[in-house]
Amino acid sequence: MTDNDTPPMEAYRYADGSITYPGHPIGPDGSDPVGTVDLSEYTAEIVTWTSSTATPPGVRQPNHLAIVEFDVEDQPVRAIGQLTTDDVDIGDEVRPVYVEELRDPEAGIREPASQAWDGYRFEPV
Amino acid sequence: MERVAILGASMTQFGQRDAWIRELLAEAGQACLDDAGVSPDAVDHLYVSNMASGEFEGQTGVPNALAHDLAAMPAYTARIDQTSSSGGAGVYAAWQSVASGASEMTLLVGGEKMTHRSTAEATDVIASLTHPVEYKHGVTLPSFAGLTARLYLDTYDAPRESLAKVAVKNHRNGVDNPHAQFRKEVDLETVMESPVVADPLRLYDFCPITDGSAALMFCPESVAREYTDEYVVVSGIGGATDTHVVHERADPTTMRGVVESADVAYEMADRDPEDVDVAELHDMFTILEFLQSEGLGFFEQGEGWKAIEEGVTERDGDLPINTSGGLKSKGHPLGASGVAQVYEIFEQLTDDAGARQVEADVGLACNVGGFGNCVTTTILERP
Repeated sequence: MTDNDTPPMEAYRYADGSITYPGHPIGPDGSDPVGTVDLSEYTAEIVTWTSSTATPPGVRQPNHLAIVEFDVEDQPVRAIGQLTTDDVDIGDEVRPVYVEELRDPEAGIREPASQAWDGYRFEPV
Repeated sequence: MERVAILGASMTQFGQRDAWIRELLAEAGQACLDDAGVSPDAVDHLYVSNMASGEFEGQTGVPNALAHDLAAMPAYTARIDQTSSSGGAGVYAAWQSVASGASEMTLLVGGEKMTHRSTAEATDVIASLTHPVEYKHGVTLPSFAGLTARLYLDTYDAPRESLAKVAVKNHRNGVDNPHAQFRKEVDLETVMESPVVADPLRLYDFCPITDGSAALMFCPESVAREYTDEYVVVSGIGGATDTHVVHERADPTTMRGVVESADVAYEMADRDPEDVDVAELHDMFTILEFLQSEGLGFFEQGEGWKAIEEGVTERDGDLPINTSGGLKSKGHPLGASGVAQVYEIFEQLTDDAGARQVEADVGLACNVGGFGNCVTTTILERP
């Protein structure tokens, strides 16, 4: 847990130094994970973004989304997530902000117990 | 290895249909048997390409149901699910069954029944292919398209109108396709002023939700010759995957699955991109026509948009793309689309495409699942 008691935005670090979010049992280089990194402690840069208006059941409308890139000790790590606003542009700096429930777990097709529903939105710095 | 031929082909009317999945599959399957002149009891293998009949309709076990409805027992049956590329994966499986010698006559039927669900429900069924870290944020396939389109336009300094021109072209082509869901032209202004779906993409940048089915009959070329002179040959085929988690790709505007599958198909066929005369690409979203045409080597990276501006991909251009109207106009019944792409190339190479006919000896179909997660590229030729 981080200092303010929110769950980490956990990425995996692999033996070759690469980092992925989410983590995988085997890394891009074919090796096992050797540690984790909490991306919520870093800021990121917006690679691209969109505002989706045709959202599935249980998802806010419109749903602002971005692919962002963190720089973790010179290692690029990308993530996708909701934005707190659509007043952004490619290249803007954002920080992760914890949200307890990103969409209504009971409204969609996926089994609610099969995954976590909390996570991090990205907020312009 | 003897070459694999496609002996017959069919597709149903695409659009909003009263028929359910079993009926749609049987309609295309029976029409394909008739087109090929093959008796049901001659079918060794029967494959059904379908993404989600259980989720959409509560009907599973469709290959066995189809074998019974077509009196094709005791044919070996299997369902091929590779999301939106289930059809292409079915083409691969059917080709493989004949090429390996396991089957001398394989019927492939692809189909999906979707329109009884609301747009939101259908979108969620399709989005269920995403990773949990994507799904919990409400990421959908259209939102991937919006994210990628913004990056493409920004990176390559392409005009927004170039994407709209893909929709205009494919709708124009669809007018002459009697099986297409939409047989109506749209103009640039209509596309550019339609409602935003995933900024910067608008309604007309997206394919519709569709019911429909299509079918192909595969056999060794020597067997095809016993039936007819009007068949086509699968000269090359390749399948590949890219990351499941889309944002983990180093360059979201490069579809590695397209590149890798095309490399295999070109090598098998001993062909180059320059040899392709007509192509059916998976234009589920307008941006995908650019990304695939670049991944297939038709155009340099970041220059696919120039082809539409210069008319290269029009029906009367140097490389007609989506003469069928594409998924954009013809419709996208998930499991049927990859099969229907090959149906269009079959029609072109057997001079049976009517008003859509172009001069072609070599055709290519590229079927994409997820947002480039799984891809099958097929090269077809006249005998």
